[in-house]
Amino acid sequence: MITLSSLIKYFHQGSANEILAIDDVTLKVEEGDFITIIGSNGAGKSSLLNCIAGTYPIESGKIEIGDQDITQWPEFKRAKLIARVFQDPLLGTCAHASIEQNLALAYKRGKKRGMGFGVKSRDRSFFKQELQQLGLGLENRLLDTAGLLSGGQRQALTMLMATLVKPEVLLLDEHLAALDPKTAQQVLDLTQEIVTQKKLTTLMVTHQMKHAIQLGNRLIMLHQGKIIFDARGEEKSKLTVNDLLSKFYAVQGEELADDKMLLA
Amino acid sequence: MSWYAALGALEQGLVYGIMAIGVYLTFRILDFPDLTVDGSLPLGASITALALTSGINPFIALLLAGFGGFLAGMVTAILNTKLKVLHLLASILTMIALYSINIRIMDGPNISLLATDTVFDPLINFGVPGYLASTMFFVAFAALIVVGVIWFLYTEIGLSLLATGDNPQMITAQGVNTHTIIILGVGLSNALVALAGSLIAQNQGAADVNMGVGTIIAGLASVIVGETVFGDKTIPRAIIAVLVGSVIYRMAIALALGLEMGRFSVNPSDLNLITALLVIIALTAPTIKKKLKKV
Repeated sequence: MITLSSLIKYFHQGSANEILAIDDVTLKVEEGDFITIIGSNGAGKSSLLNCIAGTYPIESGKIEIGDQDITQWPEFKRAKLIARVFQDPLLGTCAHASIEQNLALAYKRGKKRGMGFGVKSRDRSFFKQELQQLGLGLENRLLDTAGLLSGGQRQALTMLMATLVKPEVLLLDEHLAALDPKTAQQVLDLTQEIVTQKKLTTLMVTHQMKHAIQLGNRLIMLHQGKIIFDARGEEKSKLTVNDLLSKFYAVQGEELADDKMLLA
Repeated sequence: MSWYAALGALEQGLVYGIMAIGVYLTFRILDFPDLTVDGSLPLGASITALALTSGINPFIALLLAGFGGFLAGMVTAILNTKLKVLHLLASILTMIALYSINIRIMDGPNISLLATDTVFDPLINFGVPGYLASTMFFVAFAALIVVGVIWFLYTEIGLSLLATGDNPQMITAQGVNTHTIIILGVGLSNALVALAGSLIAQNQGAADVNMGVGTIIAGLASVIVGETVFGDKTIPRAIIAVLVGSVIYRMAIALALGLEMGRFSVNPSDLNLITALLVIIALTAPTIKKKLKKV
């Protein structure tokens, strides 16, 4: 369970370029919720995830996971509770390390690291078993470096790494945006499968309204740093792309005409 | 080149190779260009000189030198990570500061160590001829360092070090404090450099505050020559390559010093120019090759 209370985040505060990225956002995420987040460019979707993950410090407000107040925790400490998949497939894995080394790094997420061997032989069969789920044949390439994999393969591997140790919260930041449609669909299916199977509390930012409707049990629309629409359960399942588009028109008017969201 | 000069080059290649492995850790693995080494090499020598002239066991002096180097590296890394000073500038600041510190440690610009004990004594007492003792010691010690560094890079912390240089965003998301890792890594690198400084001082029988000039360039030259000649596909290969590169580099210098063309001959003072040219050629060769292909 995550609770965000009156979150405020500025960029370039005090300068002429000041931007209010997150404007007094309060959000209660229940255990096991799968929330999709949509909004136009600059609405604050990625900023919100970066504030939760600790990449951006916030100006005021409170972030709690379970009964722990993590507002003051640095990013690396929050990794104990939070796992992430980034938009750029290259960001999620270490290119010069082998697949098994990447998995071993992820297997220690948020735990103390010592002088024991990084990749333990007893973990290899577990890694293979997990890789098999991806259906990409990576279980036979444990020693290949991640840099040899395609963007889609790396993103699938990152998905697996993020959930190897069950996180309290999984943050997906437009993790399909850089993939071709076919690969995006594969990684999307994988996402659905892993999240359902491991019952993960998930926040997923997406540009694709179709995906936002299709996945999860709750949908949030952001505009200028505020939550302007929040649908869950039955209300969410009845949503159509046109419903969402009309919401956008309502707040944005004709601006939307040249927004890339329309292409979705 | 005489047999004696070749042996000398091998010896120098091995001992400076330990320094070059340190440079490899920062320059290649952490992606942290670290000029501290120009100060931490004489720091290792200074600490050793003070310890030996105070009658401390040479092996303990060696350890103290390594520890001193570790601290120097930590200072650079803390300036960079915690205080946000640009890495290159942070390392130059530490290097400059070490010049004064080294003179303080030795209470002067140099100390002769001809009369003191050295780490080579046990071998000499065992009956090994003096000129072979240091070479034998360096072979064993360099092998120990190579194995130790390779092992370290396969541990959990070592993997975090690799990942910190490769993808800091990713390893932070895995819960690793990259600041701690950088401080540890730069510290370790300078510890190796100071160990080399200690051994060089004991071998040449003197510590001098200016003996560190050009260390970083010699280190880079070794790293690059090693990669070009021996390859860097895997970590063990890359580490061994650095040592091999260092030996090749010293051999090349020994050859160059013997060069004579009519009335022109290469002086030891031309060394820095030769090294700089060598590094420039190695660094720019791939780019120039590409350009030539396009034409």
